[in-house]
Amino acid sequence: MSGPILEMRGVSKSFFGIKALQKVDLTVYAGEVHALMGENGAGKSTLMKILSGAYRPDPGGEIRIDGHPVRIEGPLGGRAAGISIIYQELSLAPNLTVAENIYLGREVSQSGLLARGAMREGVGPILTRLGADFAASTLVAELSMGQRQLVEIARALHARSKILIMDEPTTSLSAGESEKLFALIRQLRAEGLAIIYISHRMDEVYALGDRVTVLRDGRLVGSLDKPEIRADSIVRMMVGRDVSSFYKKDHDPHAKRDRPVLTAVDLGDGHRVKGCSLTVHAGEVVGLAGLIGAGRTELAHLIIGATPKMTGHVTLDGERIEIETPRDALDAGIAYLTEDRKALGLFLDMSCADNINLAVIGRDARLGGVLDRDKARLRADEAFSALGIRAPNPGVTVGGLSGGNQQKVLLSRLLATAPKVLILDEPTRGVDVGAKSEIYSIIDNLAKSGTAILVISSDLPEILGICDRVLVMRCGQLAGELQQSATTPITQEDIMALATGTEHVHA
Amino acid sequence: MPDNSPAQAKAATAGGLPAAPDSKQQRLRLMIRAAGMLPVLLILCIGFHMLSEGRFFTGQNLGIVLQQAAVNTVLAAGMTFVILTGGIDLSVGSILAAAAMAGLTLSKMPDLGTLWLPAAVLTGLAFGVVNGALIALLRLPPFIVTLGSLTAVRGLARLMGSDTTVFNPSIPYAFIGNASLTLIPGVVSIPWLSVIALLVILGSWLILRRTVLGVHIYAVGGNESAARLAGIKVWAVLIFVYGMSGLLAGLGGGMQAARLYAANGLQLGQSYELDAITAVILGGTSFVGGIGSIWGTLVGALIIAVLSNGLILVGVSDIWQYVIKGLVIIGAVALDRYRLQGSART
Repeated sequence: MSGPILEMRGVSKSFFGIKALQKVDLTVYAGEVHALMGENGAGKSTLMKILSGAYRPDPGGEIRIDGHPVRIEGPLGGRAAGISIIYQELSLAPNLTVAENIYLGREVSQSGLLARGAMREGVGPILTRLGADFAASTLVAELSMGQRQLVEIARALHARSKILIMDEPTTSLSAGESEKLFALIRQLRAEGLAIIYISHRMDEVYALGDRVTVLRDGRLVGSLDKPEIRADSIVRMMVGRDVSSFYKKDHDPHAKRDRPVLTAVDLGDGHRVKGCSLTVHAGEVVGLAGLIGAGRTELAHLIIGATPKMTGHVTLDGERIEIETPRDALDAGIAYLTEDRKALGLFLDMSCADNINLAVIGRDARLGGVLDRDKARLRADEAFSALGIRAPNPGVTVGGLSGGNQQKVLLSRLLATAPKVLILDEPTRGVDVGAKSEIYSIIDNLAKSGTAILVISSDLPEILGICDRVLVMRCGQLAGELQQSATTPITQEDIMALATGTEHVHA
Repeated sequence: MPDNSPAQAKAATAGGLPAAPDSKQQRLRLMIRAAGMLPVLLILCIGFHMLSEGRFFTGQNLGIVLQQAAVNTVLAAGMTFVILTGGIDLSVGSILAAAAMAGLTLSKMPDLGTLWLPAAVLTGLAFGVVNGALIALLRLPPFIVTLGSLTAVRGLARLMGSDTTVFNPSIPYAFIGNASLTLIPGVVSIPWLSVIALLVILGSWLILRRTVLGVHIYAVGGNESAARLAGIKVWAVLIFVYGMSGLLAGLGGGMQAARLYAANGLQLGQSYELDAITAVILGGTSFVGGIGSIWGTLVGALIIAVLSNGLILVGVSDIWQYVIKGLVIIGAVALDRYRLQGSART
């Protein structure tokens, strides 16, 4: 192998005297997938933003591309240096076509007029090379998340980038779309591109990574070559300690359960969810698995009254209840943790304390709606210590916290209502490893104290790790149920077979 | 919560997170944000005092400034509620006119005359609630709804007086329009209009900062979908804020009527909504909702009044007053953006 395509030496970055990155080295070769791992706040994003030109590094470090020292300045600097980044939240304009997005900022014009035809033809070969199944003239709004990612990659290739940085690219993809993306990444690697791959998912790093570099608290912990890549060593490097029991289970997963708390009967919304019936018992953790788009979140929204029910009803503790709005659900004792905490959960400009208390301030208030501020403060302090929320104090705004701490704040809001039923939609999405295991133990403790818990998750190891029973959805219907047993544990294959509807033969 | 030892153990080992600001820094930042445009207001006052050869800081002139700021302060307080939810109310000027017309008409009736002020306020509330209902229940955009009522209510105001000016030289409670509350006889007195405006600001602060409803208003403005999922009755919050804006516009109409002993459906309150919106924006309230304070609005309203008064004192022509006012508003907000940029979270 020739010299490295990207070499970073002693790169540091501080904000207002706080060091976000301290003398980090990173070496990436052409034709390799280099996985970059670390908890949220470890400095991955800062490092990537330096490479893209969004941040200017502190003086002292050095960045070389193809052996030549470079200074990357401004948002276009990264692209000029041959580096393209595909962010978690894709940066496409949905109201423009594929071709217009790929050419964005570098439009072709002929005698002052936009040359749409030339632009469409220009992107054709790249779309073919990527195996795209959509035309250059398609509106991005009409594409699936997987297809949009393809457009982002096409944009990078079109800019003749030599280094492609992907930040959690599979977060919003279904399993099938992820597989396609992996195949494409392997193809690009074979074509000689250097790919820096940021992910929390261990299985993806196994599948793709040629090398792994781990950051912690803004410092370089170390790099592993392919043969050394093992889950336990990576996790140890990331959190700086052993994670002996990641999925801790104190409550008895095999207990005989005879007290149904939540029962949904024949729920349907007329198009995305059809005739779903399920039961969750006291002290039970039930998983709801399925591909993206199978209707899991939609089913949860039906249960809590966020969308109107066309068919069916819900019973709680054996009594039929009418739930028309999320307020009704909360009042009845059914709390729902949304999968999209920033868009549908948190108030990012409000304090942690306000966010935690929001669902119960009405209940706590005195004489017709005057805030009980002492109670609110006490509740926030309790939540901080009980869930281990790491923020300077409950008065700081939630927007500045890491993903894991934001999730704990949102969870605290639900727990403040003392729910009988907790529906958790992707409870650990975008949460670092340390906070993940903390959230698992919170779920475990809640089950032990008798809460009925329904967990929606696309992370199969998580479903298998924390659930006592797994329901699988396919195309808006419940496709099957799997019971965890001491002798034959559920496997990922069992779930995928039900989720995709393919025959699966037990070995 | 049950005991959760792993979480606490983790909290102890993980140490400080580098990105989070410490509380002192945050508090200072909040103070700077709250102070907002106050320095601009003070600089304007001192500047006009010097330019007008000492005619600004006199008891009489300050009384005039406060009186001129009063009605706009009341309208801007209502507008703050609306803008905090991410909405806008363009109809306050028209509602003010209609409320004043309704009040004056009633004040001329022999038996009901003393009820004219509540009638004006309730007229405003009624129009505001209609705005709110259209926005909250039919889910129409606030800009469109209130643009419509800006025109429609103006028409109703003209209709009420058969398109003439209604006079009542012996209107009850006329003192609130022109008399002052004497605090120290012969030394300090505050116009009743300003007392009302201050009470409105104080009441608004209580609602926004000390009640459940206030938190819900900020929540709806910060993230409406999250508010709905969190069990907040978003429709009720919206009807409240537009109702409040209408009610305060009605009160503003009453204040104008008491001051002028007259109302004209065509002219009264023309383009008052723009001054109210300007005061709110000058006060640092975010146009997309969720961030802002009522004290900022008070400062914003005072800046507008000081500008009008000061430019007259200095002898700037009417035409140039418009140009200068507009530029000061743009400049002040640009300064504010620039100042907040430095302290934006990393």
